[in-house]
Amino acid sequence: MKIMVAIKRVVDYAVKIRVKSDKSGVETSNVKMSMNPFCEIGLEEALRIKESGLASEVIAVSMGPSQCVDTLRTGLAMGADRAIHVEASATLYPLSVAKLLKALVDVEKPGLLILGKQAIDDDCNQTGQMVAGLLNWPQGTFASKVVLDKEKEVATVEREVDGGLETLCLDLPAVITTDLRLNQPRYATLPNIMKAKSKVIKKFTPQELNVDIKSDLEVQGVIVSSVDELIDKLKNEAHVI
Amino acid sequence: MFRFLSKSNNTIRKLSSKSFHPTLYASSSPHHCKSKISTIHPQIASPISSNAFDPSGSSSKPSDSRYPTGSPNGSPFFRALDRNSSFSGPQMAVNRFFSSGYLLNCKNLRNGKGNRRGFLRVGSFVGESRAFSSEPDRESMEYDVVIVGAGPSGLSAAIRLKQMCRAKDVDFSVCVVEKGAEVGAHILSGNVFEPRALDELLPEWKQEEAPINVPVSSDKFWLLTKDRAFSLPSPFDNKGNYIISLSQLVRWLGGKAEELGVEIYPGFAASEILYDANHKVIGIGTNDMGIAKDGSKKENFQRGVELRGRVTLLAEGCRGSLSEKVLRDYNLREKAQAQHQTYALGIKEVWEIDEGKHKTGTVLHTLGWPLDHKTYGGSFLYHMNDRQVSIGLVVALNYHNPFLNPYEEFQKLKHHPAIKPLLEGGTVLQYGARTLNEGGFQSIPYPVFPGGAIIGCSAGFLNVPKIKGTHTAMKSGMLAAEAAFDVLHEGSSMEKYWDGLRNSWIWEELHKARNYRPAFEYGLVPGLALSALEHYVLKGRSPLTLKHGKPDHEATDVAQLHSPIQYPKPDGIVSFDVPTSLYRSNTNHDHDQPSHLHLRDPQIPERVNLPDFAGPESRYCPARVYEYVPDEKGELRLQINAQNCLHCKACDIKDPKQNIEWTVPEGGGGPGYSAM
Repeated sequence: MKIMVAIKRVVDYAVKIRVKSDKSGVETSNVKMSMNPFCEIGLEEALRIKESGLASEVIAVSMGPSQCVDTLRTGLAMGADRAIHVEASATLYPLSVAKLLKALVDVEKPGLLILGKQAIDDDCNQTGQMVAGLLNWPQGTFASKVVLDKEKEVATVEREVDGGLETLCLDLPAVITTDLRLNQPRYATLPNIMKAKSKVIKKFTPQELNVDIKSDLEVQGVIVSSVDELIDKLKNEAHVI
Repeated sequence: MFRFLSKSNNTIRKLSSKSFHPTLYASSSPHHCKSKISTIHPQIASPISSNAFDPSGSSSKPSDSRYPTGSPNGSPFFRALDRNSSFSGPQMAVNRFFSSGYLLNCKNLRNGKGNRRGFLRVGSFVGESRAFSSEPDRESMEYDVVIVGAGPSGLSAAIRLKQMCRAKDVDFSVCVVEKGAEVGAHILSGNVFEPRALDELLPEWKQEEAPINVPVSSDKFWLLTKDRAFSLPSPFDNKGNYIISLSQLVRWLGGKAEELGVEIYPGFAASEILYDANHKVIGIGTNDMGIAKDGSKKENFQRGVELRGRVTLLAEGCRGSLSEKVLRDYNLREKAQAQHQTYALGIKEVWEIDEGKHKTGTVLHTLGWPLDHKTYGGSFLYHMNDRQVSIGLVVALNYHNPFLNPYEEFQKLKHHPAIKPLLEGGTVLQYGARTLNEGGFQSIPYPVFPGGAIIGCSAGFLNVPKIKGTHTAMKSGMLAAEAAFDVLHEGSSMEKYWDGLRNSWIWEELHKARNYRPAFEYGLVPGLALSALEHYVLKGRSPLTLKHGKPDHEATDVAQLHSPIQYPKPDGIVSFDVPTSLYRSNTNHDHDQPSHLHLRDPQIPERVNLPDFAGPESRYCPARVYEYVPDEKGELRLQINAQNCLHCKACDIKDPKQNIEWTVPEGGGGPGYSAM
């Protein structure tokens, strides 16, 4: 069984975030980037499942600009067998990422798709759930414990929910998103980092995967200057009050 | 297997009278034994060929590395033919056919500590002792050159080595380890950059888009009093120099080095020096990761790795932890009849200020207030581009008053009426601190040791009156690289580096600048007067060489002789408290690791530092690592908040009893400077 792990390159958690002076976004140039901590936990879980003999291969996947390759190499150094990079320079919103993941799942056909529960830059907490919906696979999100039963093709996932802990039984193939207490990720050792430098990373583009990454989100409208103006517009132009 | 062993045992015994540890070869593989036997034979030629071109394939990876005895001579071939060390040669020879670092999965290599306990006794047999230890042994990686520290000197050395390889059509593997999470993360400097060394190293730096864009447009020098600023003639000549962020330049250099094939590994801290049986340095070991605060192994425990190099270059920056050990170990200061090193602590912030107040290229240096006449130091203010401004205060660490708090002095400085208006309305982007060398010419140690050399600020080439050390650090790296290349390629000695230094412009420049700083031992005004004499009259041709005063840690007076200084509270606009500033340094360490700050005697803080000196470490540390807090009984106890550490090394330098030893924490921790 193959396990696919989706990882994201984000601003390092210890960096002090700054807003750009033109207010168009967060300063990301000259800032340390690293693998999303939840993605690290996801990759660690995949590696442990593989080491216990229940999986044959761990594939790390990342989407974004060319520097994502660095994050993938860290993943390879931790122990992933292969890496795939989907090159996309535009901002990718969760639905686009989910569509790309679905396309990759159709190519690689893994038995398990593991993601971090959310990325620490946008905190969306959407991609895992969306991709499960697109694939029509069962999902176990906020996993704090994962136990696989290969024979019965079932994953027992303990989830951290608002009310406490919930245990679900998922038929494989399934989507799991990891929460903080699932495991403690391993360090990538120097020899492994060195070996990972020479491993080949497969590249795809969204076009090759037949995925349209244009965002469905569009912000339109007018910014008004005062509450009175807003009330006026709602009353007289939009006729909603 | 043991039959072979005894044979080798006896043969070795004939060559040396020292006893042989019987377990030495116990765990070796059969092949290993075989190669050992063949190498003992005095005839060298056949073993070389049999090892190197063994058709069986499996022997292409010799499982042990052997280094020539004693002398820094690098070539194994010549080594092998003389003396009894005949079996050291061929093993070496085989290794050298592989130019890039490769893995040795040797289960039985130990570091020098084991050697010195007397496990390896065969005198002329140069190898590693193999003690049986309960810990999993470390993997070992071999390179031709191992460089500790990806700073200006380390990267310049790496780049120069690869350039020479290309020129002579050979290839030597170069590995750079860096304790910061990324290249440039621990780099902090003013910085008005003199491109002299970079012009020699990478003449096309402008076309290759080095982040050097702001030429110096004006050079001001003020003497400050509490309320006024008096303009003095500027002693600096910064024409042709640039205002840069050294962190960014180093990151660019790192990119250039990687393009040339240098392997750079950030996030790995070199924590120990590896020695062979003859006390020659053969590389470094990174520290184990994943150890909990109580010393136990966490679930992600990872043993460190040995990086072995035929040449090891230590480029750790000012007061490098390994460099200090090596300097003491080989008595390198005495060897050059050098004085002790003296230091200063620099605390810096990068601000983004209002457009109207910003004038790109402006350079300002100040003397005087807030420091008193007995304390050497001054401030700097440089206008970079993008409305950014570097501002900082440098305080010499031989200050006398134990109540002095360099961080608070810096906050005071920012309130000066000539400086405060500039900063008002701006935001602080980053904060950091680092010590720097002020010893200059008089303190340069002998920088060559068996197996390698010390480059950059770890040796100490900063030109104090110019307050520039980057160009000399880079040049020293280049000179060491040239010497190291000859060691690897021709078998010459690393001594060439010392000769190179003395014949270079570094020597000439530092010699001319040698009397400025020591003149201030006599106070601010005599210092200025003597400096003016040096600069305008003697022009560096002084017949005397002034000496430094006491070492920094001995210069602190007892607290009785001074009274506490009342520092104003931070206003949150221009001055800030330490936690706020620390947050801006992006500093972090995994909290669950043993403290990397070791007290040689854990009782001294409460017995000496606190009563005699009023706990100066709680004041000079720019990161509030050291705090005296009352315990359950109400007595003050030293609390070490190692997680805050900025890796500045001030504590290692200034502790009155030299009780604090700064060792390296897990790699990847520490500050995250990106624009400093």
